[in-house]
Amino acid sequence: MSPLTTTKSDERVQRVSFLTKALRRPELGALVGALVIFTIFAVVDTTGHFADLQGAAGWTHFAAPIGITAIFVALLMIGGEFDLSSGVMVGTAGLLMGNLVSEAGMGVFPAMLITLVFAGLVGFANGYLVIRTGLPSFIVTLATFFVLKGVNLAVTKLITGTVRVDGIDKGDGFEIARDWFATKIDIAGAQFQVSLFWWIGFTIFATWLLTRTAFGNWIFASGGDANAARNAGVPVARTKITLFVMTSVAAALVGAMTLLELRGMQAGQGIGQEFYYIIAAAVGGTLLTGGAGSAIGASIGAAIMGFAAIGIPYALWDQDWVATFLGVILFLAVLVNTWLSKQAKGARK
Amino acid sequence: MSAKNVNPILELKGVGKSFGNVVALRDVDLSVYPGQVTCVLGDNGAGKSTLIKILSGVHKASEGSFTLSGEEIEFNSPRDAMAKGIATVFQDLATVPLMSVWRNFFLGNEPKKWWKPLGILDMKMAKDTAKAELLNMGIDLRDTNQAIGTLSGGERQAVAIARAVYFGANVLILDEPTSALGVRQSGIVLKYILAARERGVAVIFITHNPHHAFLVGDHFFLLNRGRMTASFVREKVKLDELIQAMAGGAELDTLTHEINTIRQD
Repeated sequence: MSPLTTTKSDERVQRVSFLTKALRRPELGALVGALVIFTIFAVVDTTGHFADLQGAAGWTHFAAPIGITAIFVALLMIGGEFDLSSGVMVGTAGLLMGNLVSEAGMGVFPAMLITLVFAGLVGFANGYLVIRTGLPSFIVTLATFFVLKGVNLAVTKLITGTVRVDGIDKGDGFEIARDWFATKIDIAGAQFQVSLFWWIGFTIFATWLLTRTAFGNWIFASGGDANAARNAGVPVARTKITLFVMTSVAAALVGAMTLLELRGMQAGQGIGQEFYYIIAAAVGGTLLTGGAGSAIGASIGAAIMGFAAIGIPYALWDQDWVATFLGVILFLAVLVNTWLSKQAKGARK
Repeated sequence: MSAKNVNPILELKGVGKSFGNVVALRDVDLSVYPGQVTCVLGDNGAGKSTLIKILSGVHKASEGSFTLSGEEIEFNSPRDAMAKGIATVFQDLATVPLMSVWRNFFLGNEPKKWWKPLGILDMKMAKDTAKAELLNMGIDLRDTNQAIGTLSGGERQAVAIARAVYFGANVLILDEPTSALGVRQSGIVLKYILAARERGVAVIFITHNPHHAFLVGDHFFLLNRGRMTASFVREKVKLDELIQAMAGGAELDTLTHEINTIRQD
């Protein structure tokens, strides 16, 4: 390590300790990055609204649905696994719930409950197959992704004759459900989507789960070194399967929220979103190899995407550049995070 | 401390293990006493890993008897063995490098507060206990929040040993704890082996290094080609004898002779 550590002066010991402490926070890089990016967009902004409440209502509307799923994708990645089917699950859930209401005539809430349970089963299947077959979750969930993608299109066409499900607003309890999951809330004249509050709630919940509970300890251990975890008595398989279920259910909740907000759902909805979730988690300091990361980091990652989605059109730049921007941010963020984690790991012998 | 005035806590008699037609262990006798370090020495392929796996509950012995505190037992899993107070510290698979020291210390045995099923960590208790327990073993850490990967290899092994002792291990099995370490780091681990011994733990130290074994051991068992070929007590053996016996006595003489012949050319 650095020559500093060999010096036996108290002040220096303190300094190294403080630095290590700061470096150890996985979301540090993302937070600094978010502040820089926010400042840049605030400067190039032509509308005068990027940095005020209206701007905030805009970027949180974009970021919240990404953030809600990305938080759980991050937990899963800390646990050492991927879920590439999390994006398509948004669509599957919305279509299933929509069809249960408009075709099967169910109430909105029972339909939503069935949808979330179904998503939980898909997540369980993902996890169970990963554990039982020993195949990489990248492959297993990629297969699930394509299976669901086909089902979404084929079944939707079969039932509705189109590639869209409509008529959710005629279901029982639609207005109440919308109040809960898809309404706008006025804060000092700016219209915030209620999804923002769900996002904040889930960020707090996931952070608590990860850092303050035994289950959180198991998540870190399962992803950090599954063998060592098993030797210490951690139920690694159960931990991972639970994480797959949580990820899938979170994606389904976002699907239900999207359905309620848009009053309908396209068969292709959600496809490609899985990469946004992974980017948000990775930008937020989650290691792709597992074992380290944070829920707050994933939320910051999602917020950065919100900045770009609103900031780029506000700067009157071509919106087509959003993806390119995110690509560059992803690369830089992971580069910095990897360097930071090496500092925290220290020299291994 | 003499072996004569205490009963062995763990005893193997005539234990053998075969995998298909391959005999990995045959007719092994082993007695392990509380508050003593029992060294099992053997070269590569001597059957050390098979012996560890039988002791830690990974494998079942094909023949012979396994008694713990005078009772004959049979383990179905490592968890079984752990529940009976037999803890195994595996060489490189003991800790999770990216996790903090206190999280590693309580991994799999997390202390909980309030309503237990909620699984809320008692972090203050965990941090304080980890710090105090490590200090008891002579490991003084400034901060148990640091990732365990920042510690040296010897210290990491030491944390794993302290953890096993804290969670009530009566028998501590150490699988080649010094083999990947340098001289100084090995010294640290040997010191903690003695610290565990002082606390009345029966330590089974498995190694292929007679020098390390000789420094801390009270009993020495030699394993060669799946058989116990010799056993010594500390007072009645010299390091040279140990090395000789380990390398198969006569074999080493022949080897020395051959090497000398080559060098004279």
